[in-house]
This record gives sequence, structure tokens and C-alpha cells, in this order.
Amino acid sequence: MRDVAVVSFAQSKHVRRLPGLNEVEMLMPVLGEVRDKIGITQDRIGFTCSGSSDYLAGQAFSFVMTLDGVGAWPPIVESHVEMDGAWALYEAWVKLQIGEIDTALVYSYSKSSPGELRDVLTRQLDPYYVAPLWPDSVSLAALQARALLDAGLATERDFAEIARRNRTDASANPHAQLKGSRDTNDLLNDPYIVAPLRRHACPPISDGAAAVVLAAGDAARALSERPAWIRGIDHRIETHAFGARNLTESPSTRIAGDRAGVARGKIDVAELHAPFASQEGILKRALGLSETVAINPSGGPLAANPMMAAGLIRIGEAAERIRRGEADRAVAHATSGHCLQQNLVCVLEGD
Amino acid sequence: MGRITALEGIEPVRSVKTPARLEYNFTAGLATSRFLKGISRKKILGERCGAEGKVYVPPRGSDPVLGRPTTEQVEVSQRGTVTSFCVVNLQFYGQGMEVPYVCGLILLDGADLPLMGLIQEIPYDQVRMGLRVEARWVDDAALKPTLASIRYFKPSGEADAPYESYREHV
Repeated sequence: MRDVAVVSFAQSKHVRRLPGLNEVEMLMPVLGEVRDKIGITQDRIGFTCSGSSDYLAGQAFSFVMTLDGVGAWPPIVESHVEMDGAWALYEAWVKLQIGEIDTALVYSYSKSSPGELRDVLTRQLDPYYVAPLWPDSVSLAALQARALLDAGLATERDFAEIARRNRTDASANPHAQLKGSRDTNDLLNDPYIVAPLRRHACPPISDGAAAVVLAAGDAARALSERPAWIRGIDHRIETHAFGARNLTESPSTRIAGDRAGVARGKIDVAELHAPFASQEGILKRALGLSETVAINPSGGPLAANPMMAAGLIRIGEAAERIRRGEADRAVAHATSGHCLQQNLVCVLEGD
Repeated sequence: MGRITALEGIEPVRSVKTPARLEYNFTAGLATSRFLKGISRKKILGERCGAEGKVYVPPRGSDPVLGRPTTEQVEVSQRGTVTSFCVVNLQFYGQGMEVPYVCGLILLDGADLPLMGLIQEIPYDQVRMGLRVEARWVDDAALKPTLASIRYFKPSGEADAPYESYREHV
């Protein structure tokens, strides 16, 4: 395996609704920042890969427009995934493993504000049996939360406490959309959005973007004083059929975590892409994280959840902790689909 | 394999229709808004790219060479040259036009990116590359911030442009 590291990370300030700007205009400053931070220009990037979704933009081939914001002339080597940017990062990592390039730019973005997000996300579902029923994303997460309560694996107080901790930690994050929290007892007086999920247990709806630069070997050392080396990365998917899944656990996360080598050393910090407070515990168990691991010190997706970017941001936030010397070994997780259907796990280490 | 006797003799399902409709509020963005505001004043405004000095119409708001925002607005001519065209002979849903008609790429004088538009007031089989055309707007009272404010392009009566003048844009 070739040593590949995250050497730069940038993200927008996430907001509920970004007025006046289209996706390209939202993304452009982030692309500028991620390259400027390490003094690299697009002509020195070997491969560019992005993640976004036409269903969120409401426009076919929307990602092509965004290339205007990259600086794609003279022609660049480029690819796109209709997924969270964490999977674009995976594609770039594979490309770096092949050994023909030393650097890659990964970015992802979305504005969720143009459409009705809960409805838009139903289009991810199995198109024959489930999607025609239009079960919205919060209702499906509520089914999963109910399964956890019924199995005795969590309480509604646990969900409130997780939401409180994440949003309190987000106070230190200049990019977060929701910062600070009322206390847990107070949160438990909120009405349900879809029982047993109260507003605090649900992620905000966000417009936002993120970008990462990856580099291999000596190129990484030249671009960063302390690269965040990717020591393992793996992703797995579960069936579309909800009835065939045990929603209280996440075998795809467990397998991806095993393959990425989470258990091979002490983890200092974990950035988990658990959009709903109810999902954090499932991921924690699947990854075997102990009580000493700091979970989502950035505030996680409960503080800002730009679709298609929130997973890449987990990798970026974990890498930043390592770059700043606040952690030596971190795990970053990204999810896609409903009820944690698809999961990616990445283990990052400092030198 | 077990058999479901209750379904015996029932016609198999070969396809299902699952209609879906989603509604969006589209944000044109800063640069496209500037362009569309110009259109509602009967002006065609491009934006200049800093790296190569090229003028993009309609502007995307970014310099595609540098990947940085464009800021300088440039009014371009309402006359231009047909660089390519297509005779549409097929009726399709939502078309609202009688076939055959011609859709063309028009390189407006002063612009470096051709604009798509209808070409009318000329028989469809006489439209050609190099044809000089000019914008035919809707009545002033009907001007709106939409490209539909340009009804179509029509021949300007000038001699055809030589191929060398637009070869870079073909």
C-alpha cells in the first residue's frame, strides 16, 4: 500500500439557506481555500473527484456546472460520484494507490434548500416496493430509533444527551450551523417530529460544501508538516430491503471498521456521520469505540448536515485534529442512504 | 421452491409505473442574475475571464481557467455568427414549436462562447454555418429576466462570416 494522506481541508460556513448564490458560487471559495492553504494550484493536482446529487440540485448533470469553479482548463483528469464526497475521496485514494499521480483534489457540496429534503431523499429507496410509498427520511430514522428503544439498547434520554453533547461541542466550530444546547431535561419536553424523534435528535437541513487535498508519500510531506495518513479505508453496503435488516446494528460499519483496522491501536477521536442522535450509539458499538474516545468534537452532523458533504467533513475534521497535533489516531465514518444503509470507515494517523 | 397457489393463472407483473414529482426553488446565482437583469433591459451582458480575457455569455460567474469568480461585466453585440445548427424534425413533449425548426449556436460579436437560440425568418434548409444573425426581441412591454425575451435570431442581411472568424468556436 502506498502512503496517502489528507494534507488540506476546507469547508463553508453551513447555513439553512444560502440566499442568492448557486452551487458553483457556494463552492468556489472553498476550492480556493483548500488549495491556497498549502499553496497548490490546480495544474499540480493529478486527479479531481467530486460528490453531489442531481436530486438535491433539481437539475440533470449539475456537477458539470461546478467544474467551472475548479479551473478545469487546460483539461483536467476528473471524475464524479453521485454520493457523499467521502466516496469521492475513496475513488481518489484508489487512483493514488495505482501510483501514476501524487495529488488529488476531492470536493462535495449540496444545497438542500431548493427542494423538500425529506421527500427528495425518498428517491434513494428501492424503486419498486418502498419509494412509491414516499416514506420520508425522518420517519425511517424514527423506525430505527423505535427499534433501538424496543431492544433496550437506548432511551429517549440517551438521544437527548447525545444531541446536547454534540451541539455544545459545536460552539467551538466556526463552520457549524447549530451551536449550543439547552440541558437534557429541557430537551425532553420538546414535542416529537416523528416519535420517538424530537427536533433535537434530528440533523439540521444545511447548504454547504467541503474540499480535501490528498497527497502520497513525499508529496504529502512537502505539502504538510503533519500529514494525516490514511492507514485504512473501506466501505460496505447493506440491502435496500428494510425487512431484511436488523436496524439496531450496522454490520456494514463493523466490517468496514475491521477492514480499515480500527482495532489495531488506540483511537483518540472519532468523527461519526450519525445524522440522527439515535444512530451514534449504533456506530459506536459497530466500531467498538471505548468510552475514552472523543466522539464528534466538531459537533458532527447534528450541528451541520450538508448532504453529500457531511461525510467528507468527518474525514476532514478528523484529519485537522491530527494536523494540529490534538490526536495521533482518529477514525472517520461516512454514511449514505436511509438508516445507515451504506458506510465508509477511514483510519487516520499522524507520524 | 414452493408455489403460491393463490397466484396461479394470474398474469405476471411485467412493469410498474411509479410517478414521482418534486418541486424546487431554483437559484440562478449572482452572475446569472446579473445577466438576466440585463436581458430584461434588452442588453446582453457577458463576463470577462481574468486569465485569458475571454468573454463568457451567458456568464457562469466563474473563470473556468482559474476557478475564481468573474466580476467584470461586458456588453456584447446583439448580432452574431451561426457556428453550428440543428434542424429539429421530431415532435417531443413540451416542445411548443412546429417542426421543422432550427436551433443554432450563435457567437455574438464580442463574445467567446456561443449562445443557443432559435433561428427564424429564413427557410430551415437555408440556415448555414457563418450566417450572420441578429436578436429579435419580444415587445418592450413583455421584456422579462428570461432568455425567452429573445424570441429568436433572424438573418441580419450581412455577408456570411468567413470560417476563420469563428473556427475556434466550432
